[in-house]
Amino acid sequence: MSGFLSYVRRNPALGVGIGMLLFLLLFTTLGRLFVNPLHAYPLSVMPTQPPSAQYPFGTDVQGRDLLAVMVVGTGLTLQIGAIAGAIGLSVGIVLGFVAGYSGGVLDTVITSVIDVYMSIPGFLILVLIASIFSKVDLGVTEMGLIVSIVSWAGPARAIRAQVLSMRERPFVMMSKLSGMGTFEIIMKELVPNLAPYLVMSLSQTVYGGLQASLGLEALGIGARREPTMGMTLYYVQYYSALMLGMWWWVIEPIIVIVLVLTSLVMTSFGLDEIANPRRRKTV
Amino acid sequence: MKQPLVEIKDLKTYFYVKAGTVKAVDGLTLTVETGTKLGLVGESGSGKTTMALAIMRMIRPPGTIQGQILVDGVDLLKLSEEEMRKARLSKIAMIPQGAMNSLNPVARIKDQVLDGMLDHGEKFARGEEEKRVAYLLDMVGLQAKVAKMFPHELSGGMKQRVTAAIALSMHPKVLIADEPTSALDVVIQREVMEMITRLVNDLNLSMILIGHDMGLMAQTVDRLAVMYAGHIMEIGDVRDMFADPLHPYTKALINSLPVLGNRGVFHGIPGVPPSVINPPPGCPFASRCPDVIAGICESQTAPLRELRPGRWVACHLYDGEK
Amino acid sequence: MAPIVELRNVSKFFGSGPSRTVALDDMTFSVDEDFAKIVTIAGESGSGKTTILMLLLGFYDPSLGSVMYRGKDLRKLDKDDTVDFRRNVQAVFQDPFAVYNPFYKVDNLLSIPIKNFKIAKGKEESRHLMETALTRVGLRPEETLGRFPHQLSGGQRQRIAVARALILKPKILLADEPVSMVDASLRATLLKQIRDLNQELQIPILYITHDLTTSYHVSDYIIVLYHGSVMEAGNVEEVIRSPKHPYTKLLVNSIPWPDPNMLWGATAEEVKGKAAELGTHACKFANRCPHAFEPCVKEQPDLFRTNKGTQVAACFLFQGSETLAKDKLGTLFTK
Repeated sequence: MSGFLSYVRRNPALGVGIGMLLFLLLFTTLGRLFVNPLHAYPLSVMPTQPPSAQYPFGTDVQGRDLLAVMVVGTGLTLQIGAIAGAIGLSVGIVLGFVAGYSGGVLDTVITSVIDVYMSIPGFLILVLIASIFSKVDLGVTEMGLIVSIVSWAGPARAIRAQVLSMRERPFVMMSKLSGMGTFEIIMKELVPNLAPYLVMSLSQTVYGGLQASLGLEALGIGARREPTMGMTLYYVQYYSALMLGMWWWVIEPIIVIVLVLTSLVMTSFGLDEIANPRRRKTV
Repeated sequence: MKQPLVEIKDLKTYFYVKAGTVKAVDGLTLTVETGTKLGLVGESGSGKTTMALAIMRMIRPPGTIQGQILVDGVDLLKLSEEEMRKARLSKIAMIPQGAMNSLNPVARIKDQVLDGMLDHGEKFARGEEEKRVAYLLDMVGLQAKVAKMFPHELSGGMKQRVTAAIALSMHPKVLIADEPTSALDVVIQREVMEMITRLVNDLNLSMILIGHDMGLMAQTVDRLAVMYAGHIMEIGDVRDMFADPLHPYTKALINSLPVLGNRGVFHGIPGVPPSVINPPPGCPFASRCPDVIAGICESQTAPLRELRPGRWVACHLYDGEK
Repeated sequence: MAPIVELRNVSKFFGSGPSRTVALDDMTFSVDEDFAKIVTIAGESGSGKTTILMLLLGFYDPSLGSVMYRGKDLRKLDKDDTVDFRRNVQAVFQDPFAVYNPFYKVDNLLSIPIKNFKIAKGKEESRHLMETALTRVGLRPEETLGRFPHQLSGGQRQRIAVARALILKPKILLADEPVSMVDASLRATLLKQIRDLNQELQIPILYITHDLTTSYHVSDYIIVLYHGSVMEAGNVEEVIRSPKHPYTKLLVNSIPWPDPNMLWGATAEEVKGKAAELGTHACKFANRCPHAFEPCVKEQPDLFRTNKGTQVAACFLFQGSETLAKDKLGTLFTK
């Protein structure tokens, strides 16, 4: 632990990023002890109240306690990001490794699929798919799944590039000379080396997924019944909150979104230093 | 006796880092006469490249430079930033290690050669630029048409020649060449080294050739300085050094090299070079020295003394001699 | 005894069409299992020496011809043969750092092949083997095992790679510029260890390099390559002292001997100019050769015997002498 802490002192980005993430996680989990989660939904409390002792974060037009909304919503938004990230990365890893290591026809096929896929604007795909489901009540999990449709291509390509460059390294040749088989080499030699890169890729995928979900939700395409940050912003818009002078309703989701995204970016920066050995300070 | 062109006195380059003090160059003293070639030979970690950068005042914090670097009577360390900037390339130029990779991949050779000169305020009339570039390229054995090319169109040897042309474009007084041929094949290496030597002779420059290849030193330089872990161990005329090495390190180094006739005979130096972070007191070679004197060598660094005219050694074995 | 590895009329091309690179041109060469000598394969970059290494290790497939291990084509080895091949054909590479996976301790380099090739029964024996081998190459196990690659010096790392070969006891060792990235003071020690490997295990070692001084120091025989073809071959002492082929002469003349009394002397003989279009029927060196004459641009020279038959040179200057068939190159060394 002390080793980790002293490392963090040299890599403040990682420390700040992880710290912020931890804070947000604590906020959404422990926060539930201090609020009634049910109040994150409409018609729970007196509407349109500015922040006060009773409602520290104020309430919105539909009668939601905004503190409850922030506590519950942060978790939901993170959940969407996590699902998108996990699926995106897993698919990306499998495709990236297979394409990068095998080369030949398999690589060409996978790369072509990725390239074609990436040339289609992701947002259009998302809007299309989400609007197919617009009559259906979307839940947070479903949002996560939808958003993950566009989150796998980037990681697949990036991981493939990393694997391609690693494949030619002498230590891979040495492993072959030591009698290791292909699968063994991938799992034991390449993956550990790429672990920091993969984690960084994860934070990037989560970030991308979150951005996509926020974009969709702001247009009203999302888990309408859930108090996610994106949906909150949708209602802020819908009810012209700013015109009504409800500044608290506007800035609170923005602050949470900024915190979430910043924490991911910082973590990503911090991990980049580990993933990219040349950037590591040696002394 | 004429004053030497380059006089380095007690040069120290220390890096202050969290783990301690890295004494990359620890009290280096040497001189280079006008028109002569000095070789500075050392292994990795000896501090030779750091020394080259220190002379050019290109050491960044947390590194510091102390001592005196006199070129033509002027102490470079006392110059202002602007004066030093002007001195680079015009008075003292460097061909850095891996110079082939230091060419801008998206600029034509012509522009890269002119860049330094224009930066130093040289003005060219129309058409003069091409002539000057062609002249410089010819000087290093390249055809004029190279001027329009990009670095990736040139071979390794050609790129190295371009960096030599850039370094010599303003006819500096001192040329520092840091491993100028390390990535080149043996035949090209010979051509490039001969070209550099010829130019140094023709333009009456002084050259400091830095490297680890004793063979190249033997072929090229007039005087040789041997560096180990930030210290100078021995300096002398190159023929003298090979014929009669005084310092145990120099002896061991020369003995370990293959020469025609000693096939199959291997004399390596046991042990490993020491770390230069927080170095222990005493001579850095003590732990590997076959002639180490117990009680003295490990605790006291031997000062660099002029044993004979032009021959300097830093070794306790010669403490008694006058 | 049969050859352990063999190149049979192997050519290797990169790219296709008229602008393809010919890395290796119809090369035939074999090494017998009981040929306990060190042979240098020397050449500059582009000569094909690295290609030969990669082909023999099975990392490249030949464009033409076949690479054989113990009489079987590398592309047709079954599972057991492959394990056998990997065990018996080992290598030491140029970069002492790149052969290690920076994620693992250096012990891995030794323990993994011990495990995979079942050289030891259990961790204790494996550890003992490792310690013995490390001591043999002049390292202290307590200072080396348990460390990560970046914590050791280049010389130490390279010695561990040699220790690995000692443990594995392969039937042939390929050494690719093993000392070029190692400090001068450690080179002699490392070369000695390679020499010892050859003597103790009585195995052939192919020493691949562009540095003629170290090849002179450590090997017995030498094959000089240029643009994928053999230019000269023979006993290393004699080839370097009195090279016959103009290309070898050029190389030897350019060696920077560490002796101020052996200077480069007059400019080496060479005709300036790149290797221009020579077509496939000409001596590869013809357009740089100061002695080039008629036959040189008409066809590739055979290997003519020189120096009382102990050397061969692919040069028409020696036409009229007995020739050595290309596929009998190996016999030059075993007579």
